[in-house]
Amino acid sequence: MAKGTNDAKLLIQSLRKAYAATPTSLKIIDLYVVYAVATALIQVAYMAMVGSFPFNSFLSGVLSCVGTAVLAVCLRIQVNKDNKEFKDLPPERAFADFVLCNLVLHLVIMNFLG
Amino acid sequence: MATSKVEGSSSLRHAFGGVLSVFILLLIGVVAFSIRLFSVIKYESVIHEFDPYFNYRVTQFLSKNGIYDFWNWFDDRTWYPLGRVIGGTVYPGLTLTAGTMWKLANSLNIPLSVETVCVFTAPIFSAFAAWATYLLTKEVKGPGAGITAAAILAMVPSYISRSVAGSYDNEAVAIFALIFTFYLYIKTLNTGSLFYATLNSLAYFYMVCSWGGYTFIINLIPMHVLLCIVTGRYSSRLYIAYAPLVVLGTLLAALVPVVGFNAVMTSEHFGSFLVFIIIHVVALVYYIKGILTPRLFKVATTLVLTVGIAVCAVVVAILVALVASSPTKGWSGRSLSLLDPTYASKYIPIIASVSEHQPPTWPSYFMDINVLAFLVPAGIVACFLPLSDASSFAVLYLVTSVYFSGVMVRLMLVLAPAACIMSGIALSEAFGVLTRSMKFHITKYFECSHTEAPAKLGESTSTESSAPLENMTKSDTTEKPEVARKEKVARRKQKKEKELTENAHVKPVSAKKEKRPLVLPLEASIVSVFLLIVLGGLYVLHCVWAAAEAYSAPSIVLTSHSHDGLHVFDDFREAYAWLRHNTEVDDKVASWWDYGYQTTAMANRTVIVDNNTWNNTHIATVGTAMSSPEKAAWEIFNSLDVKYVLVVFGGLVGYPSDDINKFLWMVRIGGGVFPHIKEADYLKDGQYRVDAQATHTMLNCLMYKLSYYRFVETDGKGFDRVRRYEIGKKHFKLTHFEEVFTTHHWMVRIYKLKPQKNRIRGKSRKSKLGSKSTSSKSGGMTHKNPWN
Repeated sequence: MAKGTNDAKLLIQSLRKAYAATPTSLKIIDLYVVYAVATALIQVAYMAMVGSFPFNSFLSGVLSCVGTAVLAVCLRIQVNKDNKEFKDLPPERAFADFVLCNLVLHLVIMNFLG
Repeated sequence: MATSKVEGSSSLRHAFGGVLSVFILLLIGVVAFSIRLFSVIKYESVIHEFDPYFNYRVTQFLSKNGIYDFWNWFDDRTWYPLGRVIGGTVYPGLTLTAGTMWKLANSLNIPLSVETVCVFTAPIFSAFAAWATYLLTKEVKGPGAGITAAAILAMVPSYISRSVAGSYDNEAVAIFALIFTFYLYIKTLNTGSLFYATLNSLAYFYMVCSWGGYTFIINLIPMHVLLCIVTGRYSSRLYIAYAPLVVLGTLLAALVPVVGFNAVMTSEHFGSFLVFIIIHVVALVYYIKGILTPRLFKVATTLVLTVGIAVCAVVVAILVALVASSPTKGWSGRSLSLLDPTYASKYIPIIASVSEHQPPTWPSYFMDINVLAFLVPAGIVACFLPLSDASSFAVLYLVTSVYFSGVMVRLMLVLAPAACIMSGIALSEAFGVLTRSMKFHITKYFECSHTEAPAKLGESTSTESSAPLENMTKSDTTEKPEVARKEKVARRKQKKEKELTENAHVKPVSAKKEKRPLVLPLEASIVSVFLLIVLGGLYVLHCVWAAAEAYSAPSIVLTSHSHDGLHVFDDFREAYAWLRHNTEVDDKVASWWDYGYQTTAMANRTVIVDNNTWNNTHIATVGTAMSSPEKAAWEIFNSLDVKYVLVVFGGLVGYPSDDINKFLWMVRIGGGVFPHIKEADYLKDGQYRVDAQATHTMLNCLMYKLSYYRFVETDGKGFDRVRRYEIGKKHFKLTHFEEVFTTHHWMVRIYKLKPQKNRIRGKSRKSKLGSKSTSSKSGGMTHKNPWN
């Protein structure tokens, strides 16, 4: 049991150390993802308290947070220099794709918000 | 200098190949368009069948009133007295597409009518579908396979049957949307570009707008993602291809009014959410694996598994409880009948009664996809050598569509593109191997007959002057000049790729034995190529025959050939035109639901039930009325404000799809809601008959009477040409209905409800039952019906 907790502590330490080594730009994207997911969770908690009418507004709110989080993760995958599959892709192109996809997502959201 | 010459000639070949491909694709588009024009040539430019008439009516409304009125349209001319919310129950893709094309054409001052645009929408989109198949198969295998698959899809009879000129139905644009969505998904998977992921979501949105079969896409793609994860082919491109599609796709699907919140609440979409969660878990696992050492990763997995399994069990229990609480486990009736083929016949007779929903027979497979039926297994094998993400998707698509086509014959249409892709791959690989063998042998033959040889790589000059026999045995040293010569002769890009790889193999290995290309003997290759071309020719012949003879009939006009020429039966339009010109605008017409759409579109009268079949009780009411005796039927129709009743009767000319043949379905559907209608009452010894042996209930029901009223006057004996016997009750009068119109070949018969009499003599007679003090008038008429 002690070995278990010891292992867990070691695990968390090594995770923290490895994560600290990632470049700052990627950490900014990660922070954005965490913020988006937290907003989604807050909206779900609010819905649980207040009720789900109007349902389309709830759906569009939650899905916009989840959607932009997913797109940010895709951007992070494409911009990460350790990723060998995307080394030919210039990061400007990746960011432009990210912006375009977000535009489409938010156009749909605004239409669905009601 | 020599290499630059090679490069110049190869780029010229590239350019020539590109131009040739574009030209071939243009021709494929023209073929796809023209093969569907047989019905316009043989009959006229008219909308076919039943469902297209509804779409045509909606498109007319859209073109006249604009999009906002279309979105908010409440139709009071059908399902009287309930009405139908058109904006919320129709898949708008097809009508919006045709409306846009009409608006575009008219804005360019090309005066096309709405009907012309509607009739020719399907052929235009089938040309687009053929091009989309080229793009999809190019992503899976290569351009050669793409062109073959596109050529096959342009002509496959299964797709022709639902997209012939005049068949203005959802599948006309939906199949193009399906193939295009799959192409963009595979493109995103191959390139990992977020731009294509966005386009993929937009194409999926177009598919959701067009057809209820979009649930196939939103279940097939998660299945493929799961397959890739399970077989260890997870990559970040998979995440980029799938995750944005789920989020954006669900949102876009919820935007379409007919889908609405079903996009997040029905079981059809749960699969995509489940795989969404799974792919995030897998992505996280891979990420952590990347930043931890292997030992620590093992520790992490044991920790996570113990905690994770407990959490998972709780979540799964909640989900199962939620889903199990609904009687259909969250699936809609139509989807359930796909998963459990016996479901519809047990619970929803309306779905079971549609002939398109029956399982297909083996002959229909050979009719609809012909030669492809045995090219498909060869294609599956070719997809496995080598296996990539895209080819595993093609195999999965084929397997699932084969299963669903086995459940419902209508879904053979979804099988058609998969079969074409597989056959295109198989044919292209076969041609590749055979032509490569032929070229290998031919160049070797020329090599033997030539004494001088342009030694490209220098090492083979010593062997060139040796005897021909020796050359044939020394395969390794004759490879190089042959490879060089093969480069000059090569035409197809695909084979060039193979030879370039062979060249790359040849260059580093100078004098050792190089890799021999797999070749077949020359005679076998020539005969095989010839036989494959004959196979293709037979396929084309069959497709053209099927398009011309089998699938070009607009069911609204029938023809038959007899010894004195061609007979045309235009009875349906005759009847609808009579209704349009001889009845009031607000009159209600009752008929079986098959003819509802045509009646509202062509006769412009309000109907009680139509092909949308959304209200089972209403249809059961009409079915009960048709199965009841005259008085009860009159009561039911009168309560619905019906003025006219329409029946279709084929007994005089031998038209087999008439209402008497459909009658048992009316009894079953009516009996499902009103228990006093029992099917056994209409069958004699379990057999359905209308001759002298028929049951009393059958001979007195409204459908029998309305179909066979005065039928005995045609030939004196009442011989029914469809049932092939004489009818049971020949001479009878109608008491509550009067005949107002029968078409030229007696195919459509229209009756009017007689108005109620002012004085009900029956009541007064009942009170003086025993007395004989009635007047002589009533005495002489006691046996007569008070309604006359």
